[in-house]
Amino acid sequence: MTLQLDDRAKAGLKGADGSALQLAFGLVVKAAEIMGAERLIPVSFAHLDACFYTGRAHVDFARFLLDNGAKLAVPTWTNNGVVSLADPSLRPSSDDPEAVSAASELMRLYAQLGCKPTWTCAPYQISGGPSFGNHIAVGESNAVAYYNAVVGARTNKYGAYLDVACALTGLAPDAGLHRDENRRAGLHFHTAGLLTEWHRDDIFAHLLGHHVGRTSGRRIPVITGLDRSTSKDALKAISSAVASSGGVELWHGVGVTPEAPELEAVFGQGESHVVTVDELRQAHKELSTGRDGPVDAVALGTPHFSLSEFEELIRLLDGRKIKAGLPFLVSTSRVVRELASAKGWVSELERAGVEVPVDVCTYYSPRVRGIRGRVMTNAAKWAYYAPGMLGVEVAFGSLKECVESAVRGEVWRDPRLWSLR
Amino acid sequence: MTKAQVLTAAQTHGPVLVLDEPLSFWGAFEPRTGVILDVHHPERGAGVKGTILLMRESKGSGSAPGAIAEAIRLGTAPAAIILVTPDINLAIGAEVARTLYGRACAVLTVPEDDFSALRRMSHLHISAEGEITGETV
Repeated sequence: MTLQLDDRAKAGLKGADGSALQLAFGLVVKAAEIMGAERLIPVSFAHLDACFYTGRAHVDFARFLLDNGAKLAVPTWTNNGVVSLADPSLRPSSDDPEAVSAASELMRLYAQLGCKPTWTCAPYQISGGPSFGNHIAVGESNAVAYYNAVVGARTNKYGAYLDVACALTGLAPDAGLHRDENRRAGLHFHTAGLLTEWHRDDIFAHLLGHHVGRTSGRRIPVITGLDRSTSKDALKAISSAVASSGGVELWHGVGVTPEAPELEAVFGQGESHVVTVDELRQAHKELSTGRDGPVDAVALGTPHFSLSEFEELIRLLDGRKIKAGLPFLVSTSRVVRELASAKGWVSELERAGVEVPVDVCTYYSPRVRGIRGRVMTNAAKWAYYAPGMLGVEVAFGSLKECVESAVRGEVWRDPRLWSLR
Repeated sequence: MTKAQVLTAAQTHGPVLVLDEPLSFWGAFEPRTGVILDVHHPERGAGVKGTILLMRESKGSGSAPGAIAEAIRLGTAPAAIILVTPDINLAIGAEVARTLYGRACAVLTVPEDDFSALRRMSHLHISAEGEITGETV
């Protein structure tokens, strides 16, 4: 069966709504044909990756849309940018004047197009987003996994331009994860055998996510044995890690994520793995590229830090200061930073030597500062990409280990955690 | 003559460059020069500009459409990309570049058997309808 289009789409393809919409319809239809969809379905929300500057073509695309009268069909939020509009001082334009100016222009164009300027890779931490069962169009890999798994909304991973085309037309191909039959799990991970102490430590979700993603590749995993009170931050960590170490766009946690009240709801028979302590330790080894030793920087907030993570950071710092001169960066969104500011946490953190950049991703500040050497992080996704993207060594640890190491200036390992069996 | 499925159409021709490993156009490829950067890629250092690029599949990245569009804008892109596994990102990037800059990179898919036959050619001609004819040296 071939793709069936309604009159609105047919007219749009012919240019009835102007050349911006004509291009948008053309892209959605092309994607639908390649995916083998029989129809297009309405989406109610979009989160764009195309605002992340990768070259002049991105700016030309956004400019073309605006010049040809494009209007968004649905509420559309933005991923983080390459520069911070809120704080241009984060990146002096002398760094790369052409790219800095083009990247700022790109972000302003998308704001002008009517996007909500959220500039975050963790849009699900902001209220007013999509809910269970909504069809949406998202590009950022961790947000795709989180919205699909934790919220129960439905999206494929829409790359740059196609994300915008879905937002402009309000349509997406009826294919892939938009359809019930493609949302069942292909393999099963048991974690019930692991000690409760593992489940309760924030490092667990990152290690488990890394292990599950690497084993699953592009398949959909289901995890059993997760604590029913697993925090949103842990679900974020799993979503982000399975998407970076594998290509996972949807996962299920039995009793934890909404489509998996019990295993049978998402999984029949098939490949099954019992997660062992040795595998968690192996994941830790893979995420730590260097030996322990003096720390040159700490980078947190991949994906963007949540309000509850700020609360935990304050608790762990307990009034102490980061070692003088040690960069300690916590990336977040402007919305979350404002909430944290209102509680007095941002000024408290700044007094302790912590910086809280907004609008940008966590790779950005270390790159701009030219940070080298051994960088500590608690985020599996950051640990996965940073050695290649930034050429740094990574010491991977729990949030507590990051804080203690930053106070001491040297990697500190939690003896309680690493003596667990 | 081989008939390919057309993801993005363009009439073109050029020398064949075969990649045995999938290439990510984002990160592993430099649009400013058209050269493959990835240190893990067997064809590292090869220039793709103006070639008919044969690779079974592309390595997925949401930023790939921007990278291919940027390469087309700068004139460093392949003349065509022939795949076995369809790739939405490359097709979308090439289509956007055609609209913005009036030039495209053909993106086509062929079955495995045809792919094996095409890779033995040294130069390929591609029609807007996806007909591929080749010559060996």
